[in-house]
Amino acid sequence: MNDELSILEKTVLSEYKYGFVSDLEADEAPKGLNEDIVRFISAKKNEPQWMLDWRLKAFSQWLKMKEPTWANIKYPAIDYQDIIYYSAPKQKINPKSLDEIDPELRRTFEKLGISLDEQKRLSGVAVDAVIDSVSIGTSFKEQLGELGIIFCSMSDAIQNHPDLIKKYLSSVVPITDNYFSALNAAVFSDGSFCYIPKGVRCPMELSTYFRINAENTGQFERTLIVAEEGSYVSYLEGCTAPMRDENQLHAAVVELIAMENAEIKYSTVQNWYPGDKEGNGGIYNFVTKRGICKGDNSKISWTQVETGSAITWKYPSVILKGDNSTGEFYSIAVTNNHQQADTGTKMQHLGKNTKSRIVSKGISAGFSNNSYRGLVHVGKGAINARNFSQCDSLLLGDKCGAHTFPYIEVKNKSSVVEHEATTSKIGEDQIFYCNQRGIDTETAVALIVNGFAKEVMNQLPMEFAVEAQKLLAISLEGSVG
Amino acid sequence: MDTNNFFTEHFNKLQSQVGNGNLQELRQKAFHSFNEKGIPLGRNEEWKYTRISNLFNKQYTFPLQLTSISEQDLKELRLPGHEAANELVFVNGLFSEVLSNIRSASLQVQPLEVAARGEFSNIVSEHLGHSSDYLKDGINALNTAFVHGGVFIYLGKGKTLEHPIYLYNITDARTGNIFSQPRSLVYLAGNANAQIVETFNTIGTGESFTNGVMEIVVEQDAMLEHYKIQNDASHANQVSTTHIRQIGKSYVHTVTISLNGGIVRNNLNVVLEAEHCETHLYGLYFIGGDTHVDNHTLVDNVTPHSFSNEFYKGIIDDNATGIFNGKIMVQRLAQKTNAYQSNKNILLSDGASVNTKPQLEIFADDVKCSHGCTVGQLDEEGMFYLRSRGIREEKARALLVHAFAMDVLEHIKPAAIRSYVDHLISERLES
Repeated sequence: MNDELSILEKTVLSEYKYGFVSDLEADEAPKGLNEDIVRFISAKKNEPQWMLDWRLKAFSQWLKMKEPTWANIKYPAIDYQDIIYYSAPKQKINPKSLDEIDPELRRTFEKLGISLDEQKRLSGVAVDAVIDSVSIGTSFKEQLGELGIIFCSMSDAIQNHPDLIKKYLSSVVPITDNYFSALNAAVFSDGSFCYIPKGVRCPMELSTYFRINAENTGQFERTLIVAEEGSYVSYLEGCTAPMRDENQLHAAVVELIAMENAEIKYSTVQNWYPGDKEGNGGIYNFVTKRGICKGDNSKISWTQVETGSAITWKYPSVILKGDNSTGEFYSIAVTNNHQQADTGTKMQHLGKNTKSRIVSKGISAGFSNNSYRGLVHVGKGAINARNFSQCDSLLLGDKCGAHTFPYIEVKNKSSVVEHEATTSKIGEDQIFYCNQRGIDTETAVALIVNGFAKEVMNQLPMEFAVEAQKLLAISLEGSVG
Repeated sequence: MDTNNFFTEHFNKLQSQVGNGNLQELRQKAFHSFNEKGIPLGRNEEWKYTRISNLFNKQYTFPLQLTSISEQDLKELRLPGHEAANELVFVNGLFSEVLSNIRSASLQVQPLEVAARGEFSNIVSEHLGHSSDYLKDGINALNTAFVHGGVFIYLGKGKTLEHPIYLYNITDARTGNIFSQPRSLVYLAGNANAQIVETFNTIGTGESFTNGVMEIVVEQDAMLEHYKIQNDASHANQVSTTHIRQIGKSYVHTVTISLNGGIVRNNLNVVLEAEHCETHLYGLYFIGGDTHVDNHTLVDNVTPHSFSNEFYKGIIDDNATGIFNGKIMVQRLAQKTNAYQSNKNILLSDGASVNTKPQLEIFADDVKCSHGCTVGQLDEEGMFYLRSRGIREEKARALLVHAFAMDVLEHIKPAAIRSYVDHLISERLES
């Protein structure tokens, strides 16, 4: 028991390793939010009138909305006027190759272990790197272009593919969906757009690295992925942010659209600055992620490893509209120190024979609180719908909390819904068993936590699994090997 | 109906009628709290699936003085085994001493007002109204605001009741719509042992709204069995709260059976305030028509080493709605808690729906807690097995439904009550 405690202490003491500030000249908007700021952002990005109108509409809606309070999280009130809503790294000309990118910026990526050329050369991953809201480099674009795949920043997409944007933007997450999505719609600075044409199987994992950089900068990303009939895409999103004392707000929106027989796999590794041991600072992460299985036999799968952020408020959801469509949600949420996570999913079964599966693993340590909040809704028309949910919580230490709030609503008699949840700590008998076989306590804890998280880890694409394991290890350093 | 005016008028009437009684302060405070909070709306997370505000749009008579019903009326509502049982009768929310029969010498039953100023005054002042710490909505405050005509039930140290206590909540709605609020406080002293059976009945065709609260305190080594049987008319709506405090190492066993009614909301709270408590909660809702049953349970583990097990089953037919909201709280100090929860539902028709929300809130690490819930249909293989042996489809279905319900029924310990409920279910299945 003492050993275990000291390990937990070490865990609590482990510092955020990716905290550093890179010195980039930022092109910033003044602090605060009003209609002029929205116009400023839109003008800065050279947006057409329809886009500005869309933003202004969202802004006027946002003014009428109230910040939600139902989540099981506590934080000081956010002063929305004390945030800089736009900051872009200054660049003279658009780089044609990676060599033209600001060397300071490239060093940042190298510190994170994701140097662009390395990635490009070795792993075959196309990286659309986002630093502080503006896309600064896109690789493999030509290769993807040959297949007709569009993978570019949102700003480029607005300029070059206005028809697609007009058609799909905010079609899954309406601008009035919730407080944070409305805010995002009004001020979003950039993001990624991905379009996979009919029948194309995207040959590589698409990925974006988000990184919050300049001080006092809220980051408002917007991602839109459209998979046309019979196509397939796997998209990776990973985040690390430098250490900060002041809280930073992040309100992203991700929309996925899967047409008939299409499949989208969306994986996230989130490791933003969680605040220090006393709970000062850290990122506020209020994200709206939603996908729609629009066509029959389509599939959307969310996988997330959430280790960072002071506050996580995130519910990747799937609307199962097409018949025989499938939704999946795999999640590991790790909270330590004073972190708070309220995360889960929503599965809306509308079509016939729709299936969904939810596997959520929460690990709480220190003084943190980790909540699973999920909804499984089976509508009247969702004949033969099937859902299985499992949410397990592991408590490390006696000052943390684990909570589950599953909502299950079933409105027809032919569907089968199952939910199960457990909460426990690592058993003394389990540790004893390992010790007895010559495995020290630290390794034993690592072994057990790894086993606990395995089901979700297995869902991550190869390229990400290694990094995710690294993050899990850092977040619970001392208990994981 | 203008709820504010209606209740203010009645409140003033009650306060002047009963004079400066010792419960006056409690009522005053609760009424203030009710005015502040009002009737819970759907926006309130605890009332998300059950809308009761519409029920307040009707005109009700809210009796503040005891009216009686005839022996004949009562006769039809009596439970089997009543000859030996202790029978307590509430009419329109007010305790009727005349109709009640206390047969066990060890059982002390007094009007709440009397108990509040007699030898039990300490107990009453300590425990009456404790439920408001947990139910922070206006509907609980409303009952407390009108605490009057309630009953105090006391079982002394080491006393065991040979026969159960039958508590009849009768609404006489023959002359119109009735609003009533029965209230009781039960105290089991150390090593006492009692069984309580509650039923709800409406006479006449008027609509009724019953907002009842029963608070039960269980001392060291005491054993409580509590059974609630709801098979009221379809125009009878109710919010029924049972709030149990286990203040010593004790054993509590509850079974809630809901078979019929209009909108039925059951709040069942068990607070485990002492170490080594054991608690079992069982429930069955077998409903059809437009019945809406909402079972809201809370098990609050405050201290270490306790065990609780919760098992609710639902069978939902026609256009009925079943709701289960089970919450297990494990406080920081409640290490070594074992808490289990399970909710299983069967939907029998396309109009039926179920909303279930099993909830865990855990702040201690050395615990074993789990919950599970399922929604599905009758087992197809079971059906096939029976059909292949020449059993008609309806009969086979009835057998399987009955078997599904049996898991809960077998936890009703008094044999007379068990067979009574079993009979009600068989009747339902045959019709």
